[in-house]
Amino acid sequence: MANRDRKTPPNQGRPGGPRGPMGGSMIVEKPKNFKESMKNLLKYIRKYNVLMGIAIIFAMGGTIFNIVGPKLLGNMTNEVQIAVFANMPINLDKVASIAVLLIVLYILSYFFTLAQGFIMNIVTQRISKKLRTDISSKINRLPLNYFDTRSYGDVLSIVTNDVDAIGQTLNRSLASLITSVTSIVGVIIMMLTINVLLAVLVVLLVPLSMVLMMTIMKFSQKHFRVYQNGLGAMNGHIEEIYSGHNVIKVFNANRKAKQEFNELNQKLYEGSWKSQFFSGLMMPVMSLTGNISYLVVGVVGGILAVSGKILIGGIQSMLSYVTRLSQPLMQIAQSMNQLQSTAAAAERVFSFLEAEELSDEEDIISNVNLSSGNIEFSHVKFGYVEDKIIINDFNVNIKDGQKIAIVGPTGAGKTTIVNLLMRFYELNSGDILINGVSTKQIKRQDVHSLFGMVLQDAWLFKGTIKENLTYGNPNVTMEEVVNACKISNVHHFIESLPGSYDMVIDEDSSISQGQKQLLTIARATIANPPMLILDEATSNVDTRTEILIQKAMDALMKGRTTFIIAHRLSTIKNADLILVMKDGDVIETGNHEELLQKHGFYAELYNSQFDTIDE
Amino acid sequence: MIRLLKYMKWWYWLFVLAMVGIVYQQVSFDLSIPEYIGNIIQLVGIGASTGISQTNDILIEGLKMLAVAMGSIALTTVVGLIAARIGAGLSRNIRQELYQRVDEFSMKEMNDFSTASLITRSTNDITQVQMAVIFTLRMAITAPIMAIKGITKITGISDEMSLVVAIAIVLIMVMISVIFINVLPRFRKIQDLTDDLNLVTRENITGIRVIRAFNSEDYEEEKFDGVNSSLTRTNLEVNFAMAFMMPGMQLVMNGVNLTIIWLGAILIGNLTLGSTPFEGLALETQFVTYANMIIMSFMMLIMLFIMVPRAQVSGKRINEVLKKTISVKDKNQTSDIILADKGVPIVEFENVNFNYDGANENVLDDINLKIYQGETVAVIGSTGSGKSTLINLIPRFFDVTNGSLKIHGDDIRNYSQEDLHNLIGYVPQSGTLFSGTVRSNVKIGKDSATDEEIYEALEIAQASEFVNTLEDGLDANIAQGGKNFSGGQKQRLSIARAIVRQPEIYIFDDSFSALDYKTDKLLRKELNEKLPSATKFIVAQRIGTIIKADKIVVLEKGKIACVGTHGELLDSCDVYKEIALSQLSEEEIKHGK
Repeated sequence: MANRDRKTPPNQGRPGGPRGPMGGSMIVEKPKNFKESMKNLLKYIRKYNVLMGIAIIFAMGGTIFNIVGPKLLGNMTNEVQIAVFANMPINLDKVASIAVLLIVLYILSYFFTLAQGFIMNIVTQRISKKLRTDISSKINRLPLNYFDTRSYGDVLSIVTNDVDAIGQTLNRSLASLITSVTSIVGVIIMMLTINVLLAVLVVLLVPLSMVLMMTIMKFSQKHFRVYQNGLGAMNGHIEEIYSGHNVIKVFNANRKAKQEFNELNQKLYEGSWKSQFFSGLMMPVMSLTGNISYLVVGVVGGILAVSGKILIGGIQSMLSYVTRLSQPLMQIAQSMNQLQSTAAAAERVFSFLEAEELSDEEDIISNVNLSSGNIEFSHVKFGYVEDKIIINDFNVNIKDGQKIAIVGPTGAGKTTIVNLLMRFYELNSGDILINGVSTKQIKRQDVHSLFGMVLQDAWLFKGTIKENLTYGNPNVTMEEVVNACKISNVHHFIESLPGSYDMVIDEDSSISQGQKQLLTIARATIANPPMLILDEATSNVDTRTEILIQKAMDALMKGRTTFIIAHRLSTIKNADLILVMKDGDVIETGNHEELLQKHGFYAELYNSQFDTIDE
Repeated sequence: MIRLLKYMKWWYWLFVLAMVGIVYQQVSFDLSIPEYIGNIIQLVGIGASTGISQTNDILIEGLKMLAVAMGSIALTTVVGLIAARIGAGLSRNIRQELYQRVDEFSMKEMNDFSTASLITRSTNDITQVQMAVIFTLRMAITAPIMAIKGITKITGISDEMSLVVAIAIVLIMVMISVIFINVLPRFRKIQDLTDDLNLVTRENITGIRVIRAFNSEDYEEEKFDGVNSSLTRTNLEVNFAMAFMMPGMQLVMNGVNLTIIWLGAILIGNLTLGSTPFEGLALETQFVTYANMIIMSFMMLIMLFIMVPRAQVSGKRINEVLKKTISVKDKNQTSDIILADKGVPIVEFENVNFNYDGANENVLDDINLKIYQGETVAVIGSTGSGKSTLINLIPRFFDVTNGSLKIHGDDIRNYSQEDLHNLIGYVPQSGTLFSGTVRSNVKIGKDSATDEEIYEALEIAQASEFVNTLEDGLDANIAQGGKNFSGGQKQRLSIARAIVRQPEIYIFDDSFSALDYKTDKLLRKELNEKLPSATKFIVAQRIGTIIKADKIVVLEKGKIACVGTHGELLDSCDVYKEIALSQLSEEEIKHGK
């Protein structure tokens, strides 16, 4: 029933999310260390140095050819004026030759800019792809405790939002930074060649527009922050009230919630119109300075023209250049902002990529005897966090073929034993030995292949049922698959599905939790490992399926050393060994009778769970 | 989208009308600037040909131009202000309307949309609409006025030059259309591929243990690589297409300028432009500026046609919510709840059927139950048997399809929802908490609750122990959704919230599932001892939780399979026995009996 609307995590709380139509978002997220972040990014760009160099040359070329335009256009007009003054026919041949030159330049400029866009596109997309690939493979090289402290939404957001942001802003900001700087320099040079006095006057006006621009940006940033915060608070409120709709309703709490909503809504309204208004001011204010320059050029140029110091074509070109000066200024300011967000996004990406990885195991030569499944925990000491040891000194000897039940209340850390067995986490001290060999002397991969796991969350991925079943074992024949499914009591169910073994499982397919669990049991059966780890928890499973699961698990366990996170009393009672856990630690071990006689925690747990009469 | 405009207050429309006037004036100002430049050029011509200094006249023209420019900027600012306020105001009104609507929704409507979708509609979609409205207000008024006024300015100057402008407009429209026809479907594809990328990454993280256990990291990376490559390819395609846009528009604009000036030179030479060559030059200069303005306004219009349909999708999604009919409503005339006599059942299901509309099968089928004050009623059954639906009928999260559900002898649809809810203490399965403090959360149950009452409720709910260990006690902060509390703690706080209300009827929808057996047992014991007169409905999975209930209702496929106590059911009810046996051994079941 997952909803399509929210498959991709929204860019919540991070500025720069919703982009307005008015010249982009005004609020900028600042990186902690701009230089460091950019340096890291440059490492990725370096591979494309040559391409980037070509792109820069194209960008500059495209801009320069374009900027020569107004001056040449002015020259055309000048030809007219000169002829008029001299009372001679206009030299149309000369006009035409200038025009042809311009056509050539414009077309060149078009292709240069286009080529620049193409190259930058290729480079940034390749970089984005590489970043995503690196992130994906990084996930598989990180120790599990990395994910204990972070929500997976954070990682998802890095893969999509942050890499996207890097790709887009890098593409836009780098190109526009280059063209804008070239533009400004080029325009000033062109203006100087037309008339020094006018050029100086116009350039003197630049700081004025800069100051105005900065002031407005500062203002609008302030309001954008208010708006962003307001939006965040509003989204939070809505999310909470909608998710708790039942509770709000039945407790008649809607009035209070609505009052809060109205306040937030009003606040959001204020921030919203102010930020829109101020960011919308940018255009008219920039055109104000543009107009002042226009006026200066028009008036001073006009006066100069009367005395013949400048031709009308010159004024025309100057006017045209004036308008081309303010735009790149705005673009530079925007690109700088964008680079800041690029750096901020890159910072998150690189802090993920630089996280400490699992230790390298190149030099370990695995040599494990698989003839039996003896396991020994020897003085095991472990804590998920360095200074919070939860297992202090755990010792136990498990013989080939034994069934070990792990019991304890919710949150007692039953999965810790699984995590340690599988070497998902490293011990603080002590050792776990498989057939006498320390797991530290065995490659992680080889440890993993010793165990089959059936966990409670019944993890399946989007793909056909067959792909899911043969996971990690692509060479299995169809016959073996069907056999395993028959043993696991799931063959009939699969046959009843449209497409049977080739049906694609995804979030929307209606496969119940219990059926998923049966599929994971079949998957473990196909993998055929010497040892097993099972989680019995079967919440949300109806009774009949539960019986099927139980039978399938029994079949799977036959002849294998098995660790069971046990919930069923029969399993616990029949176990060769029970590990009783509380607050992360193994506090009692023994079989059912032994433990009951101890009158310890197990006895208490057993009684509270099943004895309901005497209170 | 148009339908959403009814949430504009009437005086917003006055402002829109005012905007039209202001924009008209502003455009007139803008269009007169080239005229002043033209005048200056003409003055230059006079000065050059007569030798008399024109400095004063030029300055006057310049100052007039500045005044007009300032006027235009002032008006633009006003327009921006009005647009921003209307856009923000409209989105505020729609948001409020939407929130109000969702507030009235019953569980049926919530399920029809899904909570996640409703959240997106109330947040992102409204932001989209607001942006579109502001954009439209500014562009849709300015662009046509500018285009029309610009065209009237240039008509009559030169047909040849006008033709150039017309060709340029057609060229730009064709170019942008071609680009966007290519790009728009790919945007959709990028969104889908991003979803896929997310799915693969999420699977990789959620299944990290399984993946490592099966040593299938390479397989996962290959899968990621496939999606990554498609995404990169589509991104490349989109950006390649978009790369044509900027240089293309520049080329057309440059072409227009060049052609007009070239044409101008020829026309001035023929003396067909302006009565004097200088007037011709002035006209030519003006023409270039007007031509640029006209082309700009057409580009704005094209942008509108691209922007608005995208917001239209959001508008439609908002409208779906606003138009949704609400299935559970108060009657116009509600009756007061009159407490029933002892012999009358406090809650009675009378031939109750329930199905989701359009469904063939009943979720609940012919339910008949009488529950008397102080009874504990347990509902048990496999997933999909309808047990949650059964108790969800009591607070009218849904209304019965047929039959009648009575409380205190009268059909609950005759009461107001507010009165009905005041009778009920409801505890959801997931332990829903709200951001605030422990106190504010418990107080949702009863606004006027004193600290003493709160502590008492926490005590019964087995929550006082952990609340006391919190540094700030009752004032301890609760994060959004109660993220900083464990599942069991959330459930206990939710139970306390119901207890503080001191209701007649409790509904526990699988509310003990995250508690360990010991706490579960203590809690039920406390509930029985401290609240003996309250009627309790308990949905549960564990037999242990319900073994002592006065009535155990066993549901199977929406029908009542059997009703009775644990002992009675063990003897007479096969379904119950099967459930019990799957959890307890023969011996323990007997013990319970």
